Parts: sequence; C-alpha cells; structure tokens
Amino acid sequence: MPLFLRRAARALAIIAAPLSLSGCDYALMDPTGPIGAEEKSIILLATGLMLIVVVPVIAMTFAFAWRYRAGNKAADYQPDWEHSNTIEAVVWLVPCLIIVALGYVTWVSTHKLDPYRPIASDKKAVEVQVVSLDWKWLFIYPELKVASVNELALPAGTPVKFHLTSSSVMNAFFVPQLGSMVYTMAGMETQLSLQADRTGDFLGLSSNFSGDGFSDMTFLARSMSDDDFNAWVEHARGSGHALNAASYAKLAKPSERDAVAYFGDVDPKVYHDALNKCADGATCVDDQMAMNAARDAFGNPVLCAYPPVRGH
Amino acid sequence: MFGKLTLDAIPYHEPIIMVTVAGIIAGGLAVVAGLTYFRLWKPLWSQWLTSVDHKNIGIMYVLLAMVMLLRGFADALMMRSQQMLASTGGPGYLPPEHYDQIFTAHGVIMIFFMAMPFIVGLMNLVVPLQIGARDVAFPYLNNLSFWLTAAGAVLINVSLAVGEFARTGWLAFPPLSELAYSPGVGVDYYIWSLQISGLGTLLAGVNMITTILKMRAPGMTMMRLPIFTWTTLCANMLIVAAFPILTATLAMLSLDRYLGMHFFTNDGGGNQMMYLNLIWAWGHPEVYILILPCFGMFSEVVATFSKKRLFGYKSMVYATVCITILSFMVWLHHFFTMGSGANVNAFFGITTMIISIPTGVKIFNWLFTMYRGRVQMTPPVLWTLGFLVTFTIGGMTGVLTAVPPADFVLHNSLFLIAHFHNVIIGGVVFGCMAGFNYWFPKAFGFKLDERLGKISFWCWLVGFYLAFMPLYALGLMGMTRRMNHVDNPLWHVYLQVAMVGAAIILLGIVTQIAQIAVSIQNRKALADHTGDPWDGRTLEWAVASPPPFYNFARTPVVHGRDAFWEEKQAGRGPAPLPNYAEIHMPRNTGTGVILSAIAAVLGFALIWHIWWLAIASLAAAVVAAIGHSFNENRDYYVPSDVVARTEGAYFEQLKAQEI
Repeated sequence: MPLFLRRAARALAIIAAPLSLSGCDYALMDPTGPIGAEEKSIILLATGLMLIVVVPVIAMTFAFAWRYRAGNKAADYQPDWEHSNTIEAVVWLVPCLIIVALGYVTWVSTHKLDPYRPIASDKKAVEVQVVSLDWKWLFIYPELKVASVNELALPAGTPVKFHLTSSSVMNAFFVPQLGSMVYTMAGMETQLSLQADRTGDFLGLSSNFSGDGFSDMTFLARSMSDDDFNAWVEHARGSGHALNAASYAKLAKPSERDAVAYFGDVDPKVYHDALNKCADGATCVDDQMAMNAARDAFGNPVLCAYPPVRGH
Repeated sequence: MFGKLTLDAIPYHEPIIMVTVAGIIAGGLAVVAGLTYFRLWKPLWSQWLTSVDHKNIGIMYVLLAMVMLLRGFADALMMRSQQMLASTGGPGYLPPEHYDQIFTAHGVIMIFFMAMPFIVGLMNLVVPLQIGARDVAFPYLNNLSFWLTAAGAVLINVSLAVGEFARTGWLAFPPLSELAYSPGVGVDYYIWSLQISGLGTLLAGVNMITTILKMRAPGMTMMRLPIFTWTTLCANMLIVAAFPILTATLAMLSLDRYLGMHFFTNDGGGNQMMYLNLIWAWGHPEVYILILPCFGMFSEVVATFSKKRLFGYKSMVYATVCITILSFMVWLHHFFTMGSGANVNAFFGITTMIISIPTGVKIFNWLFTMYRGRVQMTPPVLWTLGFLVTFTIGGMTGVLTAVPPADFVLHNSLFLIAHFHNVIIGGVVFGCMAGFNYWFPKAFGFKLDERLGKISFWCWLVGFYLAFMPLYALGLMGMTRRMNHVDNPLWHVYLQVAMVGAAIILLGIVTQIAQIAVSIQNRKALADHTGDPWDGRTLEWAVASPPPFYNFARTPVVHGRDAFWEEKQAGRGPAPLPNYAEIHMPRNTGTGVILSAIAAVLGFALIWHIWWLAIASLAAAVVAAIGHSFNENRDYYVPSDVVARTEGAYFEQLKAQEI
C-alpha cells in the first residue's frame, strides 16, 4: 500500500476512533476503581438517555430539509400552518420526561459520589494530605509519617481519604483513571475519597491552570500490592530526608519538573501550617479565627487581642 | 513621569510579536495613507465615526467583530500548532509565558470583542427596522457604546506591543490574577479593557430595551414582535442584569491589585471562591446573551426561507423567557469540583438540565417550521441546518457535563473545551454568519455571492468537526485544557487532526473574505432594487436597501405577527404616499469618539500607573461629557421635499424592477 494511502487509512481510523468508546486509550472509559467506574457508567447512561431526543432531532433535520426542499413540488406546502397542540405537547413533554429521569439519576448519583463521602470498605482508609505547590505535588501520609513529592503510592483495594490544600494558587488534583477531581485552594481544605482496584501506574495531573509551570505539574499515581506499599513506605522512611518547616519552605519556592523525592520523618505541623497559611511564620488562620470568636469574661467579643506566637 | 512604563515594556526579543506589530502598524499606515490620498477623512468622520444612525453603528460593530475574529483566530491557530508540535516531548515554539497570554487573549477577544460586537451590531442594524422605528431610543448613547467597545478592543491590542497581556485564562481567577502571582501589567490590561468595553455594553443594553419597549410601531403588541426582537429584548435584559456583576467583580479585583485590599487574596480574609461565584454569575448569563439573539436570527431565517409562518410562535416566546430567567440559576455548574456539598451540586446540575427543555422546544419549532414548507437552500439556511445538527450535539455534551459526577472527571478537560466551542461556534458563530448573509443586502443594497458563501459554510462545518471531535476524544483520555506541552504520542495524533480542522476553518474565513470582496466587485449584478430580496416577512424588508437614513417615511401600522408578509398578502406592498411630512432626526456628534478616546487613555494611564495622566484624562472625560450636555443643537427636521425625493427614487427603482 502506498504511503499516502496508509496515512489516509490511519487518519480515517483516528477520526472514527471517538465513535468507539472502548479501548484502553480512553482513560475515563478504562477506570481502575469504583468511583471512576460509576462515573463512567453515569456518562454512558446520561448519553444514552439524551440520544433518545438527539438522534430524532438530527434525523428530522436531514429528513425535513430534504423532503421540503424548494425543488420538491410534490411535498405538502401549507404556508399558514403554524400550530399543532399535539406536536407542542410532545415537544414539551418528551424533553421534560427525559430531564425528570436524568434529574433523578443526578440527584442520587451526586449524593452517592460526593467526593467527601468515605468509600465503604472492610479496610481502614489510608489518609493522604495533598498540598499543591508551584509547580509540584506534595503527598503526606500522616499516619505513616512519610511524604513524597510527585509520586503518589496507593495500596490497591484500599480506600484512600485525601485532604487537599494549596500553598499558593488554585490547582485541581486529578488522576483520570481513578475518578473524581477536586480543587486545591490556599487556606482551605477540600476532601476526596478514591480507591484503585488493581495495581498499576496511572497518570496524575493538575487540571486547573496555575501559571507557567502548569504543564509539567504531573505525577505518577502508583497503585501497588500491600507488600509493595509497605516496602515503598520503608523506602521513604529510609530516605534520610525530613519534612519540616525548613524543608517545606524550600519546597514551596516555585520550581518546575521536580524529580520524585521522599521524606522519612514528617513533622505533623507541616500540613497544618500549610493549610492555615502560617508556614512562613504568619498568624495561623485557625488561631486567628479562634481569637475572633473569643469572648471576655462578660461574654463580649474580644476584638483587639494579640495572637499567641507560634513557635516553629 | 511614565509610571511603570519604560522602553523595556516593548517585547523586542519576541520575533512573533514584533512581526505581528509591524504588520498592524504597516496596515494602519496603509489605511491612513489611503484615506488621505482619496480625501476620505472628512466623509469618514462626518458620515461614519460620528454617526448616530443605528444602521451605520451596527455596520461598524460588525466590522470591529470581523477584524477581531482575525486576531482571535490567529491566536487559535498558534494554540493548535503549539499543542501539535509540543505533544511528543518537545517544547514547541511558544514558551509558557507567551502561550499563556495567547489562550487568555483568544478567549477574551472571541467573547468580548468578536461575538459581542457581532451580536450587538446585528441587533443595532435590524431591531429598529423590525419594530418600525426611526432609530434607537438614545442615538448618541448608541454611538458612545460602540466607541467604548472599540476603546476596549484598542487597549487589548496595545497590550501586544506595549507590555503583556494576562496569563491567567480568560476569566482571570484569583489568586493567580492577584498581584502576588501576576505582578505584571497583563491583568491590568485585562481589567481596564473589559471595564471600558463593559460600560459600552451596559449602555447598549439600556438603549435597546428602551427602544423595544417604547418605540414599537402602532399595532405591534408584544405578542406581535418578531422573534429576533424578542430574543434581543431578553438578551439585553440579561446584559443589564449581569454586566454590573462583572463590573463590580473586576472593580474588587482592581482594589486588591491597586490598593492592597483583600477581596480575593489568599491572606487577609480574602476568598477566591467568592470571585468564582461572582464571575460566573455574570459569565453564565453572558453565554445566553450571545446565543439568544442567534436563536432569533435562526427563527427569522428558517421562516423566511421556508416560505411559511414560524411554527409555535408563543412557545418560542415562552421558551426564550424561560431561558432568560433560568440562566441566572445555574452558575455553580462551572465549578462542581470546588467541593460544595451534594445538595448544592445536585440542585445546580438539575437547574442546568431544565434549561435544555425550552432549548429543545425551540429546536423542534424550527424543524416544524421547515415541515410543510418550501425550503430554499441559501447560505443562511445552510448555516441554520448546520446549527441544528451541531448545536444539538453540543447541547447533549453540555447536559452531560451538568451531571456533577460526570463533571468530576470531565471538568477542565478538552471535553469541556470541545463542548463550549460546539455550542459557541455551532450556535453563535453559525448564527452570526446566517444573520450576516441574510441581512447584508438590507445594509448595503446588494446580496452576497451565494457560491462562495456555500463554500465558506462547508469549510467551517467540516473544519469544525475535524477540529473539535478529536478534542472530545482527548478529554475522555484525560487531557486537560491550557497545556503548553505534553509527551504523549497517542494524543499527538489527535492534536494533528485538530490542527487540520483549524486549517480548514481558516479556509472558510478566507473564503468569507473572498465572498465579500467578490460581491463588492459584482455589486451591480447582485443589486437588490426592491428592498425585499428574500420575500421577507418582517418590517425591515418594507423599505429600500439600504434603507433611507430616516428608515420609514411614515411610521408603519402593524396588523399582524408577520407584519410585512401580511401587508403583501393583502396587496398592500410598499407604495408611494400622496404627500410626505418632515421628519425629526438626531444630529451626528463627535462626543462619543472623543469620550472613548479619553477612556482609552485613562485605561492606559491606570494600567501603567501614570497617575497624572489618569487624573487629567478623567477630568477631561468629565468636562467633555458635561460640555456635550450644553450642546443644544442636537436635532433637525428633514424637509418633506427631501423625503419625497428619496422615496420617489426608491419607487422608481421598484417600478423598473417590476417591468
């Protein structure tokens, strides 16, 4: 086959590809956990429901335009026909019914797949604190006292509970094959529950534009067996690096394409201070709020108290 | 003396920018030279720039939109080619600091300076004629509105040569757009160009609502308004309700940036989530401001060229009003992934889906207008058919992303980009093109070349599908928007196809320019002497093409919904009157141009912190505005014999045509 024909065939195959939503290339159609799997089925269900209207509309467009083309004098022509109760009833009612069905699906699935909702499981969820930095990801495992940069290790088959915040601008934490994304915002915490059902390496990225280094703000989500996960934790512990106020300050400086790094000794204050905007020594947001809510002995708000100085 | 402005602000080291700027300067000089050589400055100033005639202002709006389409599309080509070249691991040719400005400028220009002026221009051109009015309610304000929009467009283009544009995305979300993360002047250019043009848009909205509510011809009740006028009314209600939110939001962002306040900053109690809520409380109605008038244009086109009454007029009106109200109740669907509770997300997901019901009804009504009609396959009809298919697909993907759990994986992906280009190109651009081909003979007195119009349509349609279907696929593969470079051979192939699609759209644009050029060349053969080239249904076709500057020699009386059609059916087509009365008309004024030029200088001074100039230009603006209020020579009467002569010439033309 000549080269140009082969190229044309390849181009055709590519154009046709979106029509066949199978294949492992489509991350969202090849989910690896329960959240992603449900989201895939909702996408397919909603699309199917809407096709009930969309296919007839497209077919009618072609059919009417062809049948009633000016050249076709055989077709019926009624220039003053402008109303039909039957047609009006159908065109209002059918979309209404579909939206009622879709609305029901939406209400139920939005509650079921609320990112904050823990995943039901016999196993205790692994806690991961996520901080988006310019332009890299910090993952802290508070219970295991290890942390990593740009590499997220997950034990396959175990739910993971994420608490997320940002050190500077807004980002979104997203591993397409696992499912839901959620924003990371400075001074605020969002939550997300995900689970990987099989082992494998999956692409993770930021899906909210965050400045010049945004495109390289990717990480590998590595789902591994329990043994491998424990080995990974041990490896991080043995890395000899500590995550504390000083190393966090260094990490928070803008940088791009950072290599994967591990921390074996994690100061629990790092995430707290990152979340409460006091990693740089400023007053922590939670302290400030406690102070604002403080009352004197007579129950009046104390407006002008000095904040307690936090040691680092 | 010059604030932050130094010679370093000019990006000498960026060859792409410098060549573009050199091209713009050369083009500008050529235009200036041409105007001088042909001694056109005076007629340009007295008949166009200072004109308060709604038709001239409409034409200037559309011209601005077309020039800005070229700029915005050049940005699109650069984005597509960068992503194609930089998807196999290489850096491409646009570094992030330049690429980020390009996608921001693309969005801002296409929405604010292409789509908006195109729509407002067509409204201006058509609505007063459709309702049988002499002009809009406030002719001078109309001129000022246009020039304020133009001033915003000038500022955004100045940012190309002096300084930089925002690198934040088209809605400039904080904290990225705050001083801490965007210390340059880019966001300031963004703020002031939108504030100045936004003021123009708001004033245009007030003007159009007043015109439609107060200046309809006798007999034209609300339920006899042409659908385009109805949709214009609703769109302008949205403008008046939504644009102040944009103004206030950007004002708060500027207070953060200029005076160190903390509305949206990370510290000091600022809240970035508030900005997202506010900007989308404007942003979602904004997309309906764009699409509603296009729905109106399709309604006019489909009824006229099917030679049939519009099916379900009342349904159409109710659907339009439903959409208008609902458009304010859905803004949160732009950020389901912010972590709102399930109740909130589900509520906004369902309100969004409800909008698809009246929209679906409209689509069926257009289909049933063709049903039992005689559909002429003219370019406006082709655009309408292309719209029906394309917009339906875009609507489906829109409702899909309105389901929060689906949005949790589709948000900010190229699927979303494909979706909104699917509705904005398939709806707004196709609508503007349909309207442009449909009303061009009314504005200029000759039709556009049909063959080139059809070629242009097919290029746009095929190009659109090739450019955006791969983006849907890439979204399902997990590719997010605004990527400068990736390393993925699979994505690379899809990005190549999208590039081919963009190139075919470019062919469509080139054909459109050729269509206009060829039509001007053949204007004698394409001339419309009757004023009614399409056998139209509404009042704009009841006068000569182009219409006399006073529109109607005598205010028409309306007896039915398709006012002109019914007159023709009753054998009462255009006919000379036994005698003509003198006509009261507004005078042209240069104040709009002057005030807007001052506004542009004020914006520039604020962007560069040139405080003395800011104060001086603000003072000059106030003086000019107050000065204008003392000008009492604002109107005049067209003598009856001038009217008689103008009308006589038209009827002679008409008679010659009948023979």
